[in-house]
Amino acid sequence: MTNTEIRPVPPEPVPTRKTRMARDAGKASESAAATARTRGTRLLAVLFLAPTVVGIVVFTVVPIVGSVVLSLFQWDVIEDPRWAGAANYREILTDSTVLISFRNTLVFMVLAVALQLLIALVLAITVNGRMPTWLRSVFRSAFFFPLVLSAASISVVMKYLFNQDFGPVNWLLGTVGIPSVPWLTSENGAMAAVILAYVWQQFGFSFLLFVGGLNNIPKEVHEAASLDGASGLRKHLAITLPLLSPTLLVASVVGIINALQVFEQPYVLTAGGPGDSTRTVVMVIYETAFEQLRFGEASAVGVLLFVLIMAVTALQFRLSRRYVHYQ
Amino acid sequence: MSTSSLSGSVSGSLPSPAGSRIRHGLAPWARIAGLALCALLTLGPVIWTVSTSLRTPAESFDLPPEIIPTDPTVDAYRGVFDQIDVWLYALNSTLVTALIAVGQMVTAGLAGYAFARLEFRFKKPLFALVLATMMVPLQVTIVPVFLELKAMGLTDTLLGLIVPAFPTAFGTFLMRQYFLGMPKDLGEAAMIDGAGPWRVFRSVYAPLAAPGLAIVGVLAFNYHWNEFFRPLILETSTENLTLPLGLVSLQGNLGTGSISVVLAGVVLSMIPAVVVFVVGQRPLREGITSAGVNR
Repeated sequence: MTNTEIRPVPPEPVPTRKTRMARDAGKASESAAATARTRGTRLLAVLFLAPTVVGIVVFTVVPIVGSVVLSLFQWDVIEDPRWAGAANYREILTDSTVLISFRNTLVFMVLAVALQLLIALVLAITVNGRMPTWLRSVFRSAFFFPLVLSAASISVVMKYLFNQDFGPVNWLLGTVGIPSVPWLTSENGAMAAVILAYVWQQFGFSFLLFVGGLNNIPKEVHEAASLDGASGLRKHLAITLPLLSPTLLVASVVGIINALQVFEQPYVLTAGGPGDSTRTVVMVIYETAFEQLRFGEASAVGVLLFVLIMAVTALQFRLSRRYVHYQ
Repeated sequence: MSTSSLSGSVSGSLPSPAGSRIRHGLAPWARIAGLALCALLTLGPVIWTVSTSLRTPAESFDLPPEIIPTDPTVDAYRGVFDQIDVWLYALNSTLVTALIAVGQMVTAGLAGYAFARLEFRFKKPLFALVLATMMVPLQVTIVPVFLELKAMGLTDTLLGLIVPAFPTAFGTFLMRQYFLGMPKDLGEAAMIDGAGPWRVFRSVYAPLAAPGLAIVGVLAFNYHWNEFFRPLILETSTENLTLPLGLVSLQGNLGTGSISVVLAGVVLSMIPAVVVFVVGQRPLREGITSAGVNR
């Protein structure tokens, strides 16, 4: 392909080129060079975009369609796939383990996200109070440190920490008079341990968002509120929270999407047990596909999870119209 | 969102908006004491892990836990190297993580530039497609992705972990913002001087993109060094395991007997993440914050 060839002006407007052409009006050779440049730009765009667009199509778009198609077949990879229609969905919607996993995931999501947001919000407001800058940096770094660790290896650690007889958690609770909790051996204890392990690692994310959001609230707003006699908790409830509501929306949307995909903590900490009490949807996808080789059913569970995530997110944005105030 | 607000929103040196004359509900010392307690609880599990990994197995479950081991020993670390092939797993993890980080910086840098500064057809729908895929969780598409990789012969290879992670919707978005924040005049001046589109990118804009690329690279490193779900599904041979998988298998092999060995393994696997946390804290924080803000 030669770049010097003169071509007619392309029909669609090209702003950068237009401005240049106005400047260089009447110079035919310049215009030819400009045309070549436009073609060069297009070629460059194709080359620059190819890795990302091809990659996204192959590894995200095709698999989404593939998930829906696979969910309508029965397939164990060894024999040929067989058409199943809605049978996979009927099966999983009557399967008690699948249903329990959805219930567990929703319970986990509500409690974990609520706890995560509450802790992060209180800490962010407190860290934003008056203190030396270096101390603020120390606290901020400490609170987001767990975020850089591996959820899987930290869950290994948590398994020891939550040990009923030898674990430091029960020892710590014992020093303030709380009797030993059967964290990993009772249904509620296991769910609580999974939630605490998850929130411990994740609250730093919401914390960072809130610190950023608080820094964007103009100082004058707080000063005016103080002059009007608002202080402490009341000031935060009446002034800070509404101004922070866009950040709260983002933190809760991202928090919920992440929580609905929880896997490492229950997989390592409790292996879904005792019984099915901490089995989550992603664990069921993993087990159904890669342990039982039921790819059709696993895909159907995946499609349901995707629909659930979309529905919850859409619902949040709907509700947000009423509760979120943009400055 | 401009790049300047991206860095400004989490800047540490900013004075507190609730500063000087504004009264808080709690006395300053009570607030700071409360925060110190919370910071201690947050770092507690990590401190316990490090200190227990330095204790003898007999002392590992001592309560109350001694922060400074009475009889420190690195036996547990020797134990890790005896029990699992740490060097191999670390090499695998390093290879996978480094190649993904570099690959994402390249793909996101190029695509981000194209979306920000080049004119071409279907730009808007293509960008919308990239944005939309940010919403799709990996766990939902893992079955077809696994089958694709199987068809390509890439399951149970490190390449099967690396290649699908090259495209990054979020990184592309971030780099687009980054290039949009650079003055347009620079490129126009170079074009008047006769530079073609490639020269404009290569000599004018690309050298300015380093801080943005650092965010993409640090986020990729942090995520993929710790990644568990994909390696668990894709890698079945012992020689292809990455560190997080190796550690979980270490724990499975040993039961509760040699807890210090397991914890020593955890500490070893944390080291690179901690180094990145210390060296790259700023891009990491900016990346995490904008990851939330831009979703």
